[in-house]
Amino acid sequence: MEYVMSAAIGILSASGIWLLLRPRTFQVIIGLCLLSYAVNLFIFSMGRLRPGAPPVIPKGGFVDATAYADPLPQALVLTAIVISFATTALFLVVMIASRGSTGTDHVDGQEREQ
Amino acid sequence: MAEQNLVLILVFLPFLGALGASTLPSDARNAAAWLATLTMAAGLAILFGTYDNVAQGEVLRGTISWVPSLGLELTFRIDGFSWFFTALVLGIGILVVIYARYYLSKSDPVPRFYALLLAFTGAMMGVLVSGNILMLVVYWELTSVISFLLIGYWYQSAGARDGARTALVVTAAGGLCLLVAMLMLGKIVGSYDLDRVLSSGDAIRAHPLYPAVLVLFLLGAFTKSAQFPFHFWLPGAMAAPTPVSAFLHSATMVKAGVFLLVRFTPALGGTEAWFLIVTGAGMATLIVGAVVALFRHDLKGLLAYSTISHLGLITALAGIGGPGAILAAIFHIANHAVFKASLFMAAGIIDHESGTRDMRRLSGLMRLMPFTGTLAIVAAAAMAGVPLLNGFLSKEMFFAEAVDSQNGTWLNGALPWLATAGGIFSVAYSLRFILTVFFGPAPVDLPKEPHEPVRWMRLPVELLVFLCLLVGILPALTLGPIMNMAARSVLGADTAYYDIALWHGINQPLIMSMIALAVGSAIYLIFARQIAEGPEGPPLFYRIRAQKIYDWLMFRLSWKWPRVMSRIIGTEKLQPQLRLLVLLAFFAAAAALWHSRSLEFGPETTPVAPGFALMWVVGIACAIGAAWQAKYHRFAALVLLGGAGLITCLTFAWFSAPDLAVTQLLVEIVTTVLLLLGLRWLPKRREEIAEDKLLPAQIRRSRDLVIAALSGLGIAGIAYAIMTRPVISNVGNWFLANAYYEGGGTNVVNVILVDFRAFDTFGEITVLAIVGLTVYSLLRRFRPTSESIAAPEQQQVTSSAAFKDYLYVPSVIMLWMFPVLIMISAYFFFRGHDLPGGGFAAGVTLAIAFLLQYIATNVRWVEARITVLPIRWMGFGLLVAGGTGMGAWIFGYPFLTAYAQYINVPLIGDVPAATALAFDLGVFAVVVGATVLMLIAIAHQSLRAARLREQEAEEKEEARQAGEAA
Repeated sequence: MEYVMSAAIGILSASGIWLLLRPRTFQVIIGLCLLSYAVNLFIFSMGRLRPGAPPVIPKGGFVDATAYADPLPQALVLTAIVISFATTALFLVVMIASRGSTGTDHVDGQEREQ
Repeated sequence: MAEQNLVLILVFLPFLGALGASTLPSDARNAAAWLATLTMAAGLAILFGTYDNVAQGEVLRGTISWVPSLGLELTFRIDGFSWFFTALVLGIGILVVIYARYYLSKSDPVPRFYALLLAFTGAMMGVLVSGNILMLVVYWELTSVISFLLIGYWYQSAGARDGARTALVVTAAGGLCLLVAMLMLGKIVGSYDLDRVLSSGDAIRAHPLYPAVLVLFLLGAFTKSAQFPFHFWLPGAMAAPTPVSAFLHSATMVKAGVFLLVRFTPALGGTEAWFLIVTGAGMATLIVGAVVALFRHDLKGLLAYSTISHLGLITALAGIGGPGAILAAIFHIANHAVFKASLFMAAGIIDHESGTRDMRRLSGLMRLMPFTGTLAIVAAAAMAGVPLLNGFLSKEMFFAEAVDSQNGTWLNGALPWLATAGGIFSVAYSLRFILTVFFGPAPVDLPKEPHEPVRWMRLPVELLVFLCLLVGILPALTLGPIMNMAARSVLGADTAYYDIALWHGINQPLIMSMIALAVGSAIYLIFARQIAEGPEGPPLFYRIRAQKIYDWLMFRLSWKWPRVMSRIIGTEKLQPQLRLLVLLAFFAAAAALWHSRSLEFGPETTPVAPGFALMWVVGIACAIGAAWQAKYHRFAALVLLGGAGLITCLTFAWFSAPDLAVTQLLVEIVTTVLLLLGLRWLPKRREEIAEDKLLPAQIRRSRDLVIAALSGLGIAGIAYAIMTRPVISNVGNWFLANAYYEGGGTNVVNVILVDFRAFDTFGEITVLAIVGLTVYSLLRRFRPTSESIAAPEQQQVTSSAAFKDYLYVPSVIMLWMFPVLIMISAYFFFRGHDLPGGGFAAGVTLAIAFLLQYIATNVRWVEARITVLPIRWMGFGLLVAGGTGMGAWIFGYPFLTAYAQYINVPLIGDVPAATALAFDLGVFAVVVGATVLMLIAIAHQSLRAARLREQEAEEKEEARQAGEAA
């Protein structure tokens, strides 16, 4: 499983970084989304891969911590998901506004000089 | 104890007065003047109340413990020297306050002036009475900042702004040097307490860092006291209103530097380096200042250079050291303050009543303003060092020290000659001031007809000139005891009493004085015409101006060189910047991992599940496909991005993170809708762009591909290395063990979010609200490009009748889903504390419910039926979350402490009633508000475009009709 997971993280981030370096705003926004998936999965995987052990504990009694997945990376990623949505929205609006005021969708607000 | 409180009151009184004055209306001239006068008078009264204690050699202290656990205390101490200096500051201050009331015109914002003046007094007193050397530097810099505001009081004039800026740059830069010096002193001594530092002189002088400390310390003192070559800021600061000059450049600001020199003599003085640098700089300043003063045509310019020259004299005395020199320095501080303040005020009166300060235009004012003229002549004579006036006495003492000092250095032998030279020129410029302004023919062509000023404007000058005479004739009876008290507190209690006398018999200093008077008068009388007709500055040297060098340097430092640097190493293009960031991150990670060898790959711990592997084959294909298609096929890329997101969501579900899976799924929906809405505003792009096929573009793409592949490989490697490591016991276990007992919930992730780490979540929702508002405000001013305004192709082709039933069945279903989605949202919210769900998921669900209504119908239809007020939602959410947090204060707990309890509700059963639930309600409301706000703001752009289309059509129609009518 670790092989698959790390390959997934690697390829998601590679695609994201490649798009991040492209000249068109839409490419960059897609790149940022892919990169945020990769980063979220990366942080999530810090708690190791544990199928079938969600951190929902019984009411009362002794809690054997080793029987559950690590809740902390999950809590971190949960807020990260919402915040990355917010930043995507912000970037999208900047993209629309920049397109409206400059007439181009190049990240620099003007086409590359040849 | 009473004294301690008095010290503290004294220190904070001016700041309180400043606060009061700053709240007065801008035309409250008299109220502000009264407030300032009473504040200063109260300060003086307190000060004189402590005189008996201080005169007995007692050091009064006031201490406020600030951070007791760190041993940080604010210590204020008043000894003889700081008592004398504070009295001087307050005494001159009160006269300046009275004078300024009549000097400032009706249009000036007078309360601001008094507020700044009082604050400056407070800062200056802080320098004088600080018992901690770091606090001293803080007050020191405060005087620089407030003097900037005071010099720039008439900020409408460019000269005032430039002068203020120069003064701030020079003195604040010196202040930074002083700060470093003080930090080093503190390290050497082991304490920042002033008394400890002053008593550790031997240790400091023997320390290898002593030269560095000395140089930095002197840079601070010299810049403040306008010593050559840092003197140039002072003439520029003459653009200030005259009361400011009279206060800052006689008794306060510039005297802070010499105060520091005298104060730290026991700690740093007495070495050959000290003597050479301090006395050398002082003598150079004395002569340069006196020579330049003679050639200035501006009254205040002459006084400014004269001030520089006298500060040089005091500095030179501090450099010579020893009981006599220190006493003379302190004595000259007082005398100079008195006669220079009165001269500045007199110059202000002349300027005020005649409209000019140019000595080439002023003449024969004695006939028109005899009182002021007499006062100014007496004060100028004191400045020149004429017998029976106070300036004579301290100058005489300076000459005596110059003659007596014996330490065998080359500078020492030259001292009497240099001192006499300085004396000659100071006589010459004083004489020029007296003769050109008050004698000679009656003035012609002045901007105003000069006459005597109002009585109250002259009163401060009268008092000061009276002091000049009193001290000059009866020194031992008036200032003698105070001078000796001040000198004793600097040099130690066993310093012998020095009797200041008027007559010492005919000795060398007296002969030097006589030479100075005679030669100085002769020089001026012979060269008067050439000086008046010549340039502003000594012959030959007037071209070399320190101010010009400073301007040259500042222009390059703050304007030219930064631009050159930015042109060479900066770029405005985003791509190189991002590339640099990615490469930096890559190499930083590589460098860190290379040496630590922590990248060890363990064996897989869990076997590969074929389903999972297959799932990611699809996911990887989606990711690569999205990257491939994002340029020309945006819609395809968006669908593929959604695919990758769904696989990510499934991965969360697979590896025991139901909360994440739910949230990811919901956010995925909103993100996709958001991007779909954005697609509408992007330009069309066709695949046949020739440039993209060219070699440079291909090289760029290949290079980025390599960077991306390497980075991806690196991240994959790190992820694998960590995942295959054995788990170590961490904080997560604590959360698991305590979630129920401490947080009252069984869903540990939710308990962490709303209870254990609630403060983080509070920050997150605040960010979310800010982003929502930013999006909203950015779009309010947005205008689409003309090509996007036209209706989309599909809408143009289809007739409106066919468009009517477009997606009819799905839209009905979506409408019916509204209540269901609200139900699901509530379900997520309430189960959140115990089972997967929670405020985030519930909030996004409700936002989707609203969103579906917009998609199913159209903006106008929805908004006629439901009113969503997203900003109110966000505000409500933040208030609830913050209020819940603050509720904990009522019970004496820290912010956001949660309380958990289950309540049995009939029919439903046990319901968790933790205060965390209320907090989660806040999270929920903010998420709903922000999400809806962003989506609606973007969706409304179509409406706006439609409106623009209608407008354009109307305009065309009007134009057509107008054309027809014509």
